[in-house]
Amino acid sequence: MAEPYLSATDMRGGYGKADILNGCTLTVERGQIAVIVGPNGAGKSTAMKAVFGMLALREGKVALAGEDITRLTPQERVRKGMGFVPQTHNIFPTMTVEENLEMGAFIREDDYRDTMAQVYELFPAVADKRRQNAGELSGGQRQQVAVGRALMTRPSLLMLDEPTAGVSPIVMDELFDRIIEVARTGISILMVEQNARQALEIADIGYVLVQGANRYTDSGQALLADPEVRRTFLGG
Amino acid sequence: MDMLNALVAILNFVVIPAASYGAQLALGALGVTLIYGILRFSNFAHGDTMAFGAALVILITWGLQAIGIGLGPLPTALLALPFGIALTAVFILGTDRVVYRFYRSKRSAPIILVMASVGVMFIMNGLTRLIIGVDEIRFDDGARFLVSVQQFRAWTGLSEGLSLRVSQALTLVVTALACWALFRFLNRSRAGKAMRAYSDNEDLALLSGIDPERVVRLTWLIATALAVTAGTLYGLDKSFKVFNYFQILLPIFAAAIVGGLGNPLGAVAGGFIVAFSEVAVTYPWRKIATYLGFEPQGLLQLLSTEYKFAVSFVILIVVLLFRPTGLFRGKSV
Amino acid sequence: MSNTRQAEAVSPWRAPVLFLILAALFLAEGSFRNALFSGSWNTALAILNMGLISAVMALGVNMQWGYAGLFNAGVVGFLALGGLAPVLVSTAPVQGAWAAGGPRLILALLVGLGTLVLAAQVWRRISGAWRVPALVAVLVAGFVAYRWLFDPAVMAIEANNSARAGNIGGLGWPVLLSWPVGALFAAAAAWGVGKVALGLRSDYLAIATLGIGEIIVAVMRNEEWLSRGVKNVSGIPRPVPYELDLQGNADFVARAAEWGMSPAVASGVWVKLLYAGLFGAVLLALILLAELALKSPWGRMMRAIRDNETAAEAMGKDVTRRHLQIFVIGSAVIGLAGAMMVTLDGLLSPNSFNPLRYTFLIWVMVIVGGSGNNWGAALGAILVWFLWIKAEVWGPELMRLVTGPLPAGALRDHLLGSAPHMRFIALGLVLLLVLRFAPRGLVPEK
Repeated sequence: MAEPYLSATDMRGGYGKADILNGCTLTVERGQIAVIVGPNGAGKSTAMKAVFGMLALREGKVALAGEDITRLTPQERVRKGMGFVPQTHNIFPTMTVEENLEMGAFIREDDYRDTMAQVYELFPAVADKRRQNAGELSGGQRQQVAVGRALMTRPSLLMLDEPTAGVSPIVMDELFDRIIEVARTGISILMVEQNARQALEIADIGYVLVQGANRYTDSGQALLADPEVRRTFLGG
Repeated sequence: MDMLNALVAILNFVVIPAASYGAQLALGALGVTLIYGILRFSNFAHGDTMAFGAALVILITWGLQAIGIGLGPLPTALLALPFGIALTAVFILGTDRVVYRFYRSKRSAPIILVMASVGVMFIMNGLTRLIIGVDEIRFDDGARFLVSVQQFRAWTGLSEGLSLRVSQALTLVVTALACWALFRFLNRSRAGKAMRAYSDNEDLALLSGIDPERVVRLTWLIATALAVTAGTLYGLDKSFKVFNYFQILLPIFAAAIVGGLGNPLGAVAGGFIVAFSEVAVTYPWRKIATYLGFEPQGLLQLLSTEYKFAVSFVILIVVLLFRPTGLFRGKSV
Repeated sequence: MSNTRQAEAVSPWRAPVLFLILAALFLAEGSFRNALFSGSWNTALAILNMGLISAVMALGVNMQWGYAGLFNAGVVGFLALGGLAPVLVSTAPVQGAWAAGGPRLILALLVGLGTLVLAAQVWRRISGAWRVPALVAVLVAGFVAYRWLFDPAVMAIEANNSARAGNIGGLGWPVLLSWPVGALFAAAAAWGVGKVALGLRSDYLAIATLGIGEIIVAVMRNEEWLSRGVKNVSGIPRPVPYELDLQGNADFVARAAEWGMSPAVASGVWVKLLYAGLFGAVLLALILLAELALKSPWGRMMRAIRDNETAAEAMGKDVTRRHLQIFVIGSAVIGLAGAMMVTLDGLLSPNSFNPLRYTFLIWVMVIVGGSGNNWGAALGAILVWFLWIKAEVWGPELMRLVTGPLPAGALRDHLLGSAPHMRFIALGLVLLLVLRFAPRGLVPEK
């Protein structure tokens, strides 16, 4: 079997002396949606930050499309095809929606108008507000701008850190629909989610992390069906 | 007729001086607010950057005068200004390199950067004294008046005169041009948008591939250009004296805070608000009241001119009390 | 600041050794007469006395910066306010001044204060559409009433014997009493500024204090009824004997002869020694109190707040309130120093209050000495003050040495004449170098 598109293997590391990640492995195939779930403090966001290079690893390796990128900075990883949507502070509030997308495309030297049109097509609600300041939008629309900004570099892997935190259930469903649409275009998705049940429903592969290590790894449906997982992590 | 005289007096003694002073403050406050927005600290060395730049401009002006180059009716300083800006910018970029960059990379608390800027202020103050001394210097050559009191009286037949000095008109024109260019740059150009993005959300700007050091350099360059321009215009309008530039720091900070620190549009508005309040409060209104048919006992001066800085201070306090983010919503951090 | 506090062990001998070096410098200043030192005990002691007062100022700044991380950019204002106290408390009453307009003046000031209080009440109590008009009405009415009372009173007082007095005068009380009063004056002003500017961003306090500093100095310069403005108030009484009296005292002259000194020199030295004892006692008492406070639960909380404001706030500490406390206390100490300084000079000269000299030089003293450490601040103050004074002599000497090979002419004259400005550059450099390479100062915090 060929190596998966993203393969982050056996990651160990943390911010201070104590490790938060204790041998965590995440892989995503092309066009797949991978979801990381787990209890609070399991190191979900930390694992994703490690993949993106915002955390120096003590051990382990991160490879994208077969290339070792373990030593690259986040900015360099963006150029390699990673897109990252932080959980908070993920837009430029006093800039218009359109300017937010332009900033997303900052590293691109070519014409990015097509990409922008595609983003507007994907998120028609924010397309209507392209001249408005992003800070004045509703929570769900802001998240759409944030995702749109990350899509402007035409990433091959899009990483989302709790994209549905603090939005209403309806908005959440819509956001998940959009994420599926993005995945259909061939972009791999790696996502950390607090709303584990809904997220696993759309996941091709799910990772249950506990104390910085993989506890369960399976397809989303299989995890949802696993009584052990249901009992301990999904509340019955 | 008296009504007209009153109007002319208001224009002559309040509106014109306040507008040109406000324009100078606006240029200064723009620099302070840009540095605050990008580097996240209040630059105490800004007043002395204005003084240092203006001193260099004066030296170059003298040089140009010595070899007989001038601009006719316009002050020679205008020709010297670009050179003054360039030299000051070299110096300021040097201070960023040897002083501020270290604290930036360490992500030090803003107050440490403020402290460092005090050190830079001392050095620039000393250098300015060294190169040009502490005496008052007038360096406005060319024509003095665009409209003189006699001309105005002859044209209109009013008893009240009105004068518009070249330096005042120049201040307004240059400020308008500078603001136009700056806002066009910030709103239209890629580099300008990158600056705004960096000011809005530093981490996200980094993720988007914006080079922070480039943004910082650009910010220093623009702020320095604005500061030297402001310093030169202020010197042309009043006169050049090192200590005055330390004192002008307070109204400039007040203007930037009134407009909302980090908000360029606010800084311009703040500059004019502070200047108009200052002039209105320290101007003796007796003459105008007399024209309007009152016979006041005193001078009708709310505050003596020595206390003009108190006006900035009161405005500052009122804004801090009621709206700490400023009238135009700056950063509240 | 937090990142500079990982303390590596500092030798316990560091502070004593540095103090010994300092003492040696003063001994050299008093005993050797050469290009570097004056060889005059009078000069050495004069420097020491102002150094001790600077140490008190530095102690106040250190409380605000070292304990709480507050940047007070208006030290000069609090100092000047403290300096007003000896004038108002201890100078002799001015004949006729009180009768000319005293009560009216007090009334005016009360009306002014009352207006502000009333305005605050109006703002708090009234809501809705009438709020702003009511506030404006109160302020306008109050201002008019204030000026109506104030202006004639001031004119009458300033007209009273304007050549020699023209001010309201003092109460004629002992001058030592004016020192705590000076501290109170400064504390009151600090409370007002702190109330407004604390709890907001850290730079706002710096900017607000910069403003209040300039305004206080402007008031002293312009309100002749209060401080005689540029005419200065002289003849402020002393807590120690006058040199002339000592020289007229046969016992003293005899004793001076025993020491082998002329009466003139001996009297100067004796007076300065008395001052040094007085200032030294105040300084030591303050350091003692400050150290005790720092070791108390209050002091521990203060440092906890400084090192991690967010955590302290999360633990339920009222950070803004604590900051206000320490800001007021620190300013009071600065005010005390102001009163001491004016007492030493025997003169209040409003024109001499220069922010570069009295705000930022004090800052350099604290940073160089070791912010957070009281002994360090005191050491830094005396050392920097010594160097600041000596630089006045050494700077031109150095310049003369450097420009020696240059032909006599305009350039050399310019360079020689500009040597004093070098002090500012040196000061800035010292500040930047210490901040960068030794952020914990000469005597770091324990």
